[in-house]
Amino acid sequence: MAVKDAPRIVPVWRNFKDLQEWEALHQTRPEGDKHSDLFVSLTDGLHNFPGGFALTTVADAFLNWARKSSVWPVTFGLACCAIEMMATFASRFDVERLGMVPWASPRHSDLMIVSGTVTIKMAPMLERIYDQMPDPKWAVSMGSCANSGGPFRHGYHVVKGVDRVIPVDVYVPGCPPPPESLLNGLLLLQDQIAHFRRTGRRAEPNGKVD
Amino acid sequence: MTSDQARTLIAERFPGAQTAGDAPMAVTVPVDAWARFARFAKETLGCWFFSFLTAVDWKDEGLEVVAKIDNVDERLSLLVKARLGPGASACPSLSGVYRGAIWMERECYDMFGIRFEGHPDLRRILLGDDWEGYPLLKSYPMDAPHPPFR
Repeated sequence: MAVKDAPRIVPVWRNFKDLQEWEALHQTRPEGDKHSDLFVSLTDGLHNFPGGFALTTVADAFLNWARKSSVWPVTFGLACCAIEMMATFASRFDVERLGMVPWASPRHSDLMIVSGTVTIKMAPMLERIYDQMPDPKWAVSMGSCANSGGPFRHGYHVVKGVDRVIPVDVYVPGCPPPPESLLNGLLLLQDQIAHFRRTGRRAEPNGKVD
Repeated sequence: MTSDQARTLIAERFPGAQTAGDAPMAVTVPVDAWARFARFAKETLGCWFFSFLTAVDWKDEGLEVVAKIDNVDERLSLLVKARLGPGASACPSLSGVYRGAIWMERECYDMFGIRFEGHPDLRRILLGDDWEGYPLLKSYPMDAPHPPFR
């Protein structure tokens, strides 16, 4: 039976407790598929072959260095957080020394900084821009609104966290986060990228920061 | 025109209307006199400037439509109100009197679901066309889900 044809039971929350319970039960989020199954099985085989781990670790180190040194964020500003994002991009904080070039095309970008409130009307466009970015790609959720809905959480029009639309790697708190916070988030993202294993598998969560 | 003169004129033409206050003067009219009062205010009282139109949800007592119209030349300001009655959502449209009311009434329809009779193009204006419900009604559930983003 096709899942699509099943009647969709849509819960309606009359109070905040019900919403929290419902969210606790639905913590899973879709993870971006970085590689094909064939590629994963090949690298697994190579890694488990005697002595093969040396090749995969060296390849990991090189590929991760290359990835983290040229994370190009797509310029995608949604609200007041975008002002702080622009300040981060500009000469005073200067993300270009981290190898990040703000790029005005999703097709050449690796990173999407969701800077601001995602409304329900904007969410399909955001998803579409994210889909247009080539793999491997990352997403940073910047500010309270993108993290959880922020002050508009109980409004009728705001997506309650951008992780309901796209998978998110780093959450930057703040309302809005100052450029230092965003820089810290971007450095954390680079750290995450540097710890990818077996050419593109996400590392285990870091207890210190995650 | 002073507000006293306006009050006398309103009392003459609309005996069912109640006036209260000053600057802005709140005028409560029956809903069937809504459009007629607007034309009277525009032509006789000189209130040619249409500021805004919105609604209030008084729960069991029903909806109330509120419009602010001004005579900016003579500093007369009217806050016109009309109760639609419990459960009712129909109201005459002001779009024949003020062209600025067209978008305001579309927004009011969008948020409160009030059907403005005689409106040339009553569609949603801010929310998506596939939106269900009217979010500024008090009966609209908090944290209503919006698939696929909930």
